[in-house]
Amino acid sequence: MTHTVRIEDTGVSYACAPRESLLEGLNRLGLRGIPTGCHGGGCGVCKIEVLAGEFQTRAMSRDHVSDDDVAHHRLLACRVYPASDLSLKVIGKLQRKVCNPASVR
Amino acid sequence: MALTGVLRPGHAQVRVLDLEESVRFYRDVLGLVETGRDAEGRVYFKCWDERDHNSYVIRQADRAGLDFFGFKVLDKATLDKLDADLQAYGLATELIPAGEMLETGERVRFTLPSGHVMELYADKTCIGNGLTEVNPAPWGPQREHGIAPVRLDHALLYGPNVAEVQKIFTEVLGFYLVERVLTPDGDGNVAIWLSCSHKVHDIAFAEYPEPGKLHHCSFLMESWEQVLRAGDIMSMNLVPVDIGPTRHGVTRGCTIYAWDPSGNRFETFMGGYQPYPDYGPLTWTFDNFGQGLDYPQRKLHETFLTVVS
Repeated sequence: MTHTVRIEDTGVSYACAPRESLLEGLNRLGLRGIPTGCHGGGCGVCKIEVLAGEFQTRAMSRDHVSDDDVAHHRLLACRVYPASDLSLKVIGKLQRKVCNPASVR
Repeated sequence: MALTGVLRPGHAQVRVLDLEESVRFYRDVLGLVETGRDAEGRVYFKCWDERDHNSYVIRQADRAGLDFFGFKVLDKATLDKLDADLQAYGLATELIPAGEMLETGERVRFTLPSGHVMELYADKTCIGNGLTEVNPAPWGPQREHGIAPVRLDHALLYGPNVAEVQKIFTEVLGFYLVERVLTPDGDGNVAIWLSCSHKVHDIAFAEYPEPGKLHHCSFLMESWEQVLRAGDIMSMNLVPVDIGPTRHGVTRGCTIYAWDPSGNRFETFMGGYQPYPDYGPLTWTFDNFGQGLDYPQRKLHETFLTVVS
């Protein structure tokens, strides 16, 4: 089964399976020219804040995610896997693309 | 002998977020040869046609990126001389004792104004490439496992003070400038490609506000066909590809950029041309940076400028 992930910045929602990272699901929205980064938790481009919902994570670089970030669910979308419906806001370099109407196909 | 001083890139030590996942990637997908593990838990690899014990070392850490990049020099006398030359230039050096890395002699370590830790060393145990030294076959089974590059070729590093870094490499370490991309106003360089050999680059740097960043380590393939095969293997294994297959205008190298499981970019690369130290550098204006990066598409991919580890 898939979960529904809502981007609070734009109100757009997308489906994401538990084995998919939030970034993989976001990529399917087909935002144009989106710099999705390294997909490995290393570069910090895809930083988001999970506002509500359950999730699991894999290791991500401390250069970009501090203990305080972890405590406040400010994480890298490429390393977060949904375990329920989620809502999030985009806070990394990704934000300019996700939240810019011109990038929506 | 014409090739003296600094011979070549010898080793890179890279941080990974999950060691065993990364070992599987580097060994079975990239197709490096695992040559050892040390008491600290570091895992050592070499490319199949390299003869020294290791060229690429990974270490589990809580952040991705590059620990250090090392060059092999001709001999101990050269190492001592370059150590003295670096100090005379005003850089602090540190001696790392022989054996701190497996099968590796004493290393001279120093930090560049870009924030990158560099090393020089003269000795690393030769273990051969799996082929005989008398009447050798052209290749063996190690060339057929995974992408299987020939050697660690170069690295591109991002950090501040590239002009000072260029002076250290050209005035102390005997490198020469092969190509450069100018700043928008044309007064300086945003990126430089440096050679200590007959290669288009042994190391490259780009101006970036954060110090010590890794853009990519590059692995040499023997042919364009092999680069395309590398792309096939990346897709078969769901490796995230950044750019390519395409050709750089800068260096004329044919390339794929992709990321390891921790977000460290790597390159599978072939081609280029063979510069000599008496060649003047080739220059790209900033408005042609896109062609320099991706000649067919003439595109300055945003990830090239913003995604580093």
